[in-house]
Amino acid sequence: METIKLTIDNRAVEVPRGTTINKAARLLGIEIPVLCYMELKDMNIENKPAGCRICVVEVDGRRNLAPSCATNCEEGMVVRTHTTRVLNARRTVMEFILSDHPKDCLICAKSGTCELQSMAHKLGIREIPGQEIAAMSTYRLDTSPSIIRDLDKCIMCRRCEMMCNEIQTVGALSAVNRGFMSAVAPAFEQNLEHSTCTYCGQCVAVCPTGALTEVDHTPDVLRALADPSKTVIVQTAPAVRAALGEEFGMEPGTLVTGKMVSALRSLGFDYVFDTDFAADLTIMEEGTELLDRLNRHLSGDKTARLPILTSCCPGWVNFFEYYFPDLKDVPSTAKSPQQMFGAIANTYFADKIGVNRKDLVVVSIMPCLAKKYECQRGEFSTDNNPDVDFSISTRELAAFIKQANIDLNNLEDDDFDSPLGESTGAGVIFGTTGGVIEAAVRTAYELQTGKKLERLDFNELRGLEGVREATIDFDGLPIRIGIAHGLGNARKLLDDVRSGKSQFHAIEVMACPGGCIGGGGQPLHHGNSEIIKARVAAIYAEDKKKPLRKSHENPFIIKLYEEFLGSPNSEKAHHLLHTHYFERKKKIVVKH
Amino acid sequence: MSSIKIELRQEDIEKIREICGSFGKDPQELINVLHKCQEHFGYLPAEVQEVVSNELDVPVAKIYGVVTFYSFFTMTPKGRHPISICMGTACYVRGAEKVLDEFKKELGLQVGQTSKDGKFSLSSLRCVGACGLAPVVLVGDKTYGRVAPDDVRNILKEYE
Repeated sequence: METIKLTIDNRAVEVPRGTTINKAARLLGIEIPVLCYMELKDMNIENKPAGCRICVVEVDGRRNLAPSCATNCEEGMVVRTHTTRVLNARRTVMEFILSDHPKDCLICAKSGTCELQSMAHKLGIREIPGQEIAAMSTYRLDTSPSIIRDLDKCIMCRRCEMMCNEIQTVGALSAVNRGFMSAVAPAFEQNLEHSTCTYCGQCVAVCPTGALTEVDHTPDVLRALADPSKTVIVQTAPAVRAALGEEFGMEPGTLVTGKMVSALRSLGFDYVFDTDFAADLTIMEEGTELLDRLNRHLSGDKTARLPILTSCCPGWVNFFEYYFPDLKDVPSTAKSPQQMFGAIANTYFADKIGVNRKDLVVVSIMPCLAKKYECQRGEFSTDNNPDVDFSISTRELAAFIKQANIDLNNLEDDDFDSPLGESTGAGVIFGTTGGVIEAAVRTAYELQTGKKLERLDFNELRGLEGVREATIDFDGLPIRIGIAHGLGNARKLLDDVRSGKSQFHAIEVMACPGGCIGGGGQPLHHGNSEIIKARVAAIYAEDKKKPLRKSHENPFIIKLYEEFLGSPNSEKAHHLLHTHYFERKKKIVVKH
Repeated sequence: MSSIKIELRQEDIEKIREICGSFGKDPQELINVLHKCQEHFGYLPAEVQEVVSNELDVPVAKIYGVVTFYSFFTMTPKGRHPISICMGTACYVRGAEKVLDEFKKELGLQVGQTSKDGKFSLSSLRCVGACGLAPVVLVGDKTYGRVAPDDVRNILKEYE
């Protein structure tokens, strides 16, 4: 590879051609500040509009300052990153950005985790000249079921636009208008609700300011907990335990399962349960459906459509309802674990403890913002009583715990309640890309072949590549599996299904890069992909230490079928645990 | 804000498809497609953008972004007699702003608006290449040179 020699702040460095000044400086341990720029290394996610000009540097022989995020190194370049001219320019840029930015930092949802706030602090901004003459934008607030857009706080870094278009290929958001009127908005500046937004929340995950935040449901949860007539139960998704600790200063990848259970109990939940239980249940239903479709297909039944697609991810469900409505009979009909949990809690469990579903409040803790929307979907409620009442994100839970003066670091570990808190390792790995299909393979293999699986770690299904494929030998029957995370990657696999080119028997899709561990409701990664990798490792570590690692061996799942559901895909199971999908593509109506 | 319903006459849908087809339905040709559509419809209503989005497979949010970025594109229908006042440097220094203000006052319109009866629409543009005639006003295809605020009423009278 051709390399280039240059000096940055009087230090020599040699880098491959094509390296930006910013990256070269990092190799020397020089952190040139960036604001609009963001990169998730190894995940092919990079935002490089060179828009904010915070990262400018002085290059000898160059008239103007160079944006280091978007300027490539050249042979013999002499770069200075902290001259008076550079520092003054950086400060001026920051003052301009702040001149029309709301000054309500004290009460902003992003306060404390806002990158604009940190940058103002880092640059030592103490006054904002010109704010009296700068126009303040007054963009109307847009509140959707999952996401709030407060465009007055937008600094046009366009990270959200990049995630929505390039990574997710959802195309809900675009930069519109010009000058002070410019904003990132859905078409015709309609509300998010009327766009193709899937509520994946990746725009929120990368927004540096308070322009994009989640709809906070913790006040509703607090109200329910304070109501003596309500029995309040909680379920926690697998990815939450692998990330919650970050909000309390722990190393990324620290598992806090036991402490999280203690905290939830301290908050006053009557029962602390685990979505992992419902993940095991999902495997029973989805795995059975897979084998049914597979065996019918193998015996020549033309109505048995393959591949089967996983349906646990509500962002993904929204995506195919918008973009692939013609394929809506391809995904599994199994509800997501969140909704399976809700359905079982309001029937089987409510009966067991003798509580009417109207007095049972089901709360979910999710790494996800689409779950907020999912639990509000009409088909997931009975007589206007939703199966899952409120869904709050990992971030909201962390804030809730802090508000309750609970020090997560010093809590003793506690165990989930029985029976809806008992799970296997297969349920845990639902939290990461490849995990759902690995869990399905562990169960489907044994059910199909009648043999005991020799190895449980399917490394060929793991990893962070956007699209992965593997063939698993089901005792002589090769099962071809596809995996995609990130909706843009899912689109590639779906295009093949649509054109009949797909050779897969089963495909797993998770909307967020990395899967749920990279979800829109997780602690903010601020562009550090090592955090995401550490969470993945934590998920697999939790799986490894579980005594049971196959869903169909979960004794409480077995009991649930014996006592209540009958068998997987039974009529009752279908009624409670399966769903259907809707076409949501906008139709062009002919006017007469 | 409620969702926009896409309702168009069959012939309009066919026309948009024809325009997109003439550019090979290439998303790179978006701006050219929009130019042709605006030429045909006079403006680019949401419905037209939605059909273009379908045809070119470009998110409609992106199309709206382009339409709102370039001042040439408009989402409001032009009047039967579109009035444009040149605000280029030469016209500007010779008092184009006062002329524009007079049009605003006479018509009760702001730049970018169309009168309720659909007769006049008001816009400003940058340099029509007739600086010797500054300040310049265009009404439809007709050019008026050396316009003073006092001429405005007479110009409008021609279209009564």
